[in-house]
Amino acid sequence: MGALVEAKQAALAALLAGLGDMPAFAGAARAAALARVQGQGLPVKRDEYWRYSDPSRLTTPQAKAGVAVEDAGFEGIDALRIVFVDGVFDAGASDDLGSAGVEITLLSKAGGDHWAGADFGVLEAEGQVPVARPLAGLNTAFAAEGVLIRATGAASRPVALVHRQTRADSDVMLHHVIRVEEGASLTLLESGTGGARFNHVAEVLVGEGAAFHHIRVQGRDEARAALTHLFARVGAEGLFKSFTLTMNGSLTRNEAILTLAGDDGVAHVAGAAIGDGAFHHDDTVFVTHQALRCESRQVYKKVLKGGAVGVFQGKILVKQGAQKTDGYQISQSLLLDDDSQFLAKPELEIYADDVKCSHGSTSGAIDETALFYLQSRGVPEPVARHLLILAFLADAMAEIEDEAIAEHLGSLLRRWQGMAED
Amino acid sequence: MLEIKNLHVKLEEEDKVILKGVNLTIEPGTVHAIMGPNGSGKSTLSYVLAGRDGYEVTDGSASLEGEDLLTMEPEERAAAGLFLAFQYPVEIPGVGNMTFLRTALNAQRKARGEAELSAGDFLKLARSTAASLKIDADMMKRPVNVGFSGGEKKRNEIMQMALLQPKMCVLDETDSGLDVDAMKLVSEGVNALRDAGRSFLVITHYQRLLDHIKPDVVHIMADGRIIQTGGPELALEVENNGYADLLAGGK
Ligand SMILES: Nc1ncnc2c1ncn2[C@@H]1O[C@H](COP(=O)(O)OP(=O)(O)OP(=O)(O)O)[C@@H](O)[C@H]1O
Ligand SMILES: [Mg+2]
Repeated sequence: MGALVEAKQAALAALLAGLGDMPAFAGAARAAALARVQGQGLPVKRDEYWRYSDPSRLTTPQAKAGVAVEDAGFEGIDALRIVFVDGVFDAGASDDLGSAGVEITLLSKAGGDHWAGADFGVLEAEGQVPVARPLAGLNTAFAAEGVLIRATGAASRPVALVHRQTRADSDVMLHHVIRVEEGASLTLLESGTGGARFNHVAEVLVGEGAAFHHIRVQGRDEARAALTHLFARVGAEGLFKSFTLTMNGSLTRNEAILTLAGDDGVAHVAGAAIGDGAFHHDDTVFVTHQALRCESRQVYKKVLKGGAVGVFQGKILVKQGAQKTDGYQISQSLLLDDDSQFLAKPELEIYADDVKCSHGSTSGAIDETALFYLQSRGVPEPVARHLLILAFLADAMAEIEDEAIAEHLGSLLRRWQGMAED
Repeated sequence: MLEIKNLHVKLEEEDKVILKGVNLTIEPGTVHAIMGPNGSGKSTLSYVLAGRDGYEVTDGSASLEGEDLLTMEPEERAAAGLFLAFQYPVEIPGVGNMTFLRTALNAQRKARGEAELSAGDFLKLARSTAASLKIDADMMKRPVNVGFSGGEKKRNEIMQMALLQPKMCVLDETDSGLDVDAMKLVSEGVNALRDAGRSFLVITHYQRLLDHIKPDVVHIMADGRIIQTGGPELALEVENNGYADLLAGGK
């Protein structure tokens, strides 16, 4: 045990030495976060919470160099684009921040009296219990850039964060705070690599009767290491939906920490991941129900081949009094060969007696009978496989509500899989 | 049209020999029926023709219009004009019927060097073909065979056949699971496709289907061989007396 603590502290000391000063905005929250991280140390492989994914690439003082990749950024979808290049805001490539009918401020430009000062780091701090998430705390303490978005009505168009990478060794931290006020609605799109190493935190407050949709595309670079945290608190009758499509990347861990705080709230998180070779993809989800009649859904699908590894750690915690909770969780993998593996740890912890919760996890191969049936009708084998892969991913993709965006992601998938456009 | 010579097939994984020298020649424009006891190898023959994995051809040949079938991929056989209506049509959750059919038809057309159908033209064709087999539009929107009743699946097979317009149609127990009206409907669908350039191989256990789809030639298969070949009267004999005499005579 002593050795573990020492290792965690040593990793932290080495990393901190390379980081600059903490930015001034939300200084108290940042100082508190740093103090917490200093108590926790950085994650190491021996941590229970990192049992299936080795965090060492995320905690070394320097990022391992990776390939810079192009990102089209939801091409053809009408959205307000905010472009970050290696973590730095690119004003020239971005749209007018006022053009989506919501308030947007860059984190680096926010003054002491900005509304987000009260929210910055709050959900992240709450999300440290019961599981320590030191790299999210580190992000709160040191992230110098990000967006602060407040929607007070229906946004006139989606806001798209485009994460470009030009330098092979860029080590990027971004921190966003998003407030969707009572009855308001916002769609947030995200795409791109962001950096060779990407530490990304978003804190999302969904007000009463508000709706927040998040659609993210990560890929299709080989070398990226990314850790993302999505913290959200959903108010009464609020709606939160997040979907992530991932293709390749040597290490990706997407954490979602969601709290259903008001009665009749809804939170859905879903992911579709396709990996080949040195691909390690980890979805770690923690959903807390603490109000009446809330619904949560976790739908994760992974297609793995060439030795790729998929991980799912998902928990539903139903607190005392959260009656009539409807919690659902499914994680499935399609293993295209014998070298790939899927590790799943589904958990339910329930302290209320009148709830409906279910979870399931499966691993399987392509259905050879279905493949033959398609081929026997003239569908070429690669196309038949592609159709079956799409069919496997369908339940996760169905979590995207907007048809145009769903179609866009569908065509990305076809392109990534080498299928001609029709 | 179809020429099968001395076909020997064993299971790839086991030392089990299933087809022990099948000979069969089907002329263009004719309908052949195969009957035979359970387990005699009828479905195996249809799968081997269509190119399913798991079987090993140890001897013999099979060709379609002179082209060697056995070296082709299943999709190439389909594009060359072979169609198998499955004894047990496969359910494919998540793949829409329409997407599937359009992909299949256009892939075949492309493989033959023909122009692909536009979405609109395809839709029109699919709708009218489905209507002729009383398959409602709702079913077409569902995933392939998912939630279809046994009879609906069989009708869907014939609908696919009508849409793809193959030259050599192999029907494996398409009549099983069909009610009397559906049997008529399916038979009409098949008969509508009969023409000088198209042949059928109809596998069935019952004479009733052959009342509707009148065969030119009837074969009896037993233990991996065709042991007798005759006219429609052979099917009647099976219907009346079973296989005992035929098997005894065949040995
Ligand atoms: N993949 C397989 N594994 C094991 N045995 C098999 C396999 N495929 C076929 N067989 C065996 O081969 C024999 C022939 O089977 P087949 O399905 O071709 O018979 P059939 O004539 O179509 O019978 P039925 O009239 O019942 O449909 C049977 O004994 C069957 O058990
Ligand atoms: Mg059979």
